[in-house]
Amino acid sequence: MNTDIVDENFQMPEPERIGQERGALTRIAQEMVFTVDHKILGLMYIASGLIFFVVSGLMAVAIRVQLAVPGNHAVPPDVFNRLFTMHGTAMVFLVGMPIIFGFANYLVPLMIGARDMAFPRMNAFGFWVFFFSGVLLYFSYLGAPGLYAAGSAPDVGWFAYSPLTGRAFSRGHSTDYWTLSLLLGGIGSMATSINIIVTTVCMRCKGMTLGRMPLFVWLFLVVALMVIIALPPLSACQIMLTLDRYCGARFFDTQAGGSAVLWQHFFWIFGHPEVYILILPGFAIASEVIPVFSRKPIFGYPVMVAASVMIAFISLGVWAHHMFTVGMSSLGNTFFAISTLLVAIPTGIKIFNWIGTMYGGKLRFELPMLFCIGFLFQFLIAGLTGVMLAIASFDWQLNDSYFVVAHFHYVLIGGLLYTIFAGIYYWYPKALGKMPNWKLGLWHFIVFTIGFHVTFFPQHISGFLGMPRRIYTYEAGRGWDLWNLISSIGVIFQIVGILFFVVNLIYSYIWEKDAGDDPWDAWSLEWATTSPPPPYNFETIPEVRSRRPLWDLKHPEDPDWKFE
Amino acid sequence: MRQVSDMFEPLSRPAEMIHQSALLVLLITAGIFVVVTAMLVYVVWKFRHRGAEDKLQEPPQIYGSSHIELAWTVIPILITFVLILVTSRTIGEVQNAPMPKNAIQVKLIGHQWWWEVRYPEEGIVTANEIHVPVSSRAVERRLPTAILLESADVIHSFWVPQLTGKTDLIPNRTNKTWIEPFATGTFFGSCAAFCGLQHANMLLRVILHEPEDYQRWLAKMKASAKAPASPLAEQGRKDFFANSCVNCHQIDGTIAKGGFGPNLTKLMTRQTLGAGVAPLNQKNLSEWLRDPQKLKVGCLMPDMKLQASQIDSITAYLMTLE
Repeated sequence: MNTDIVDENFQMPEPERIGQERGALTRIAQEMVFTVDHKILGLMYIASGLIFFVVSGLMAVAIRVQLAVPGNHAVPPDVFNRLFTMHGTAMVFLVGMPIIFGFANYLVPLMIGARDMAFPRMNAFGFWVFFFSGVLLYFSYLGAPGLYAAGSAPDVGWFAYSPLTGRAFSRGHSTDYWTLSLLLGGIGSMATSINIIVTTVCMRCKGMTLGRMPLFVWLFLVVALMVIIALPPLSACQIMLTLDRYCGARFFDTQAGGSAVLWQHFFWIFGHPEVYILILPGFAIASEVIPVFSRKPIFGYPVMVAASVMIAFISLGVWAHHMFTVGMSSLGNTFFAISTLLVAIPTGIKIFNWIGTMYGGKLRFELPMLFCIGFLFQFLIAGLTGVMLAIASFDWQLNDSYFVVAHFHYVLIGGLLYTIFAGIYYWYPKALGKMPNWKLGLWHFIVFTIGFHVTFFPQHISGFLGMPRRIYTYEAGRGWDLWNLISSIGVIFQIVGILFFVVNLIYSYIWEKDAGDDPWDAWSLEWATTSPPPPYNFETIPEVRSRRPLWDLKHPEDPDWKFE
Repeated sequence: MRQVSDMFEPLSRPAEMIHQSALLVLLITAGIFVVVTAMLVYVVWKFRHRGAEDKLQEPPQIYGSSHIELAWTVIPILITFVLILVTSRTIGEVQNAPMPKNAIQVKLIGHQWWWEVRYPEEGIVTANEIHVPVSSRAVERRLPTAILLESADVIHSFWVPQLTGKTDLIPNRTNKTWIEPFATGTFFGSCAAFCGLQHANMLLRVILHEPEDYQRWLAKMKASAKAPASPLAEQGRKDFFANSCVNCHQIDGTIAKGGFGPNLTKLMTRQTLGAGVAPLNQKNLSEWLRDPQKLKVGCLMPDMKLQASQIDSITAYLMTLE
């Protein structure tokens, strides 16, 4: 490779590690505990997110088994309510958040040419706080009976509407585990977000102006800012709920004059930005992958940045579209319907710009690209069902029905998870030094895509037919039987798809060929170092002159900086 | 009985208003879907990478185009503007609809996990089934039903898709909704907001009568109770009042004045038991009395450990309440 950034013949001596003389497993364990390396922490975030993904995915399997046929007795109601509560909570806070933070941790310093995050130890602190919040949440299955011997895991739904969470209706400690786990996770997320912001603002390499930052970094900067704004209300209402439950405060205690709607405002003022906190990283990954495999730069970089900032800004003013049924005035409903519909504009621009990036390119259907094309199609559907939900009057019918379930699974699986798969396949060679196996990945893509659509598309229809979400059973003859059965059958395909994914991760690590520094012929700085990168990332801190530094190196006759 | 509650078969004025705007929105979104999917498929097919020699040369590097980007910013803005008009209009139409003076007044109170239905003007209290007259499409003969929504414990949500969209029942707050049905029959709904263990079995029926039939139903609900005819039912009456049933249930004109459970004054006028968990008949009723937890796990009526003879007699007594 024609580059002066990496000298391939130069070998750094292997740095001495703590516990090097011990056995391999002990050494790895010790390394994991003591490490402050952003790359190892990033991988730990992603790995623990994937483990929680499998656990709470299996909970969803149990849910679909119970709902496959009407009047089923496979799962009793109390267990069912815990399953969907834990599934929802875990998927948002223990799967989505850590995986996106994992990507940010691993890639932001590499992409901006830094040696580590700004605060490496705070980075490790953030990870461990998150990890223990996950352990705490799942420990509720054992610990929550507590002194009252009542209750087990939380069973109040992932948005835990008061007063169902009050002591009158939620005895035992299950809700406390939920509250404390989210509080703890919130601290971890705040720490990581502050770190991302400081890193991005202060540690960019020479020449990397804000206007030359990869879109990935831009989007994570926006995400981190949103976390800092959106998380405090969540933490505040968790504290208020705990005060209610143990200190006789009456914020949400309706029997003592509290307000049940107050909780919803607090929760959704966090909860709706949270949706964008989860999907913008998906956009970030797509904005890296699509250009590389189209062999063209991103179409309309400044507009993409502006659209992301606009989404973040608007998303702070739309929370009550989750509350169109609580009896707001027509003025309030109209306001939130309008603000929500405005989100469609920047989101539309983004989809068009991705298609514009592919237009006129030479598309290479490598695994990351396949998943990004799947993402574009599915996120289009998710966006359009989102428009339907934004129409307050239509939402009166659709709210809290299976249509909503279908909608947000299209957002979070069809959108976020597909880009996470894309991101994992894309940076797998960088992080582990081996190429992912294309055939296994193709099977993963095909089988999982079939499973995903077969599972979630019918849920739009059962929603139209009046099926409320979160019911543990339903009687035959409501017109829901067929759609639920199809939906449950789809789960089998999803499981097989995930198995292909897991097998691919392991198989490729052992048997696939070495990736080399830059297997995809890509353009951002992380490909300018070795795979996997050394602990110090770059031997010399690079200097950039455009948005695609490696393009400039590879094409000295036609560099980007001439055109930007 | 067909129990499908399809929101695209509206049979009530507010549901029809919602339906109309929904159809327009569906049409617009379907149009967007077709156009954008076509673009995506075209681009993916047309610009796929062909052959190995193709790899050697990079395509022309295009960084953007302010004209094209402006075009696909303006078009979404226009579409969004149309959608904003549609939704604002329907919100106003449904929420601010004037109610005529003769509108039927119903108060619906949500409990874990059943519905209390009150007719304040008539002094009637029943449960899990709302009886209302059908209205007329002619404006001067409108007969809508205004429903006040309250909750005794946690948040519930009223949803009968063919009659109207959801409105929540929130403790410490009175919400309003209305229906104006155009067809007779039984319509199915349920609680739509997760309200605890038996959320799934908090079902609701709305039974629509011709106005004359509705008057007959009112008269029947107001008629005073007949004395139990059989000795078994008479024994059941004694057993009922000798046990703690009276603490939670009310039977008008007796000392049973409990307000925690459903009012039993006209129990046998209802179609179902336990908010839709089973059809109301002698077999299910005695099953319920033997142990309510069998039919509806976790419901707030405890197993009263009645003796077999008491179960028979109380069942016989309750069967007379019509």
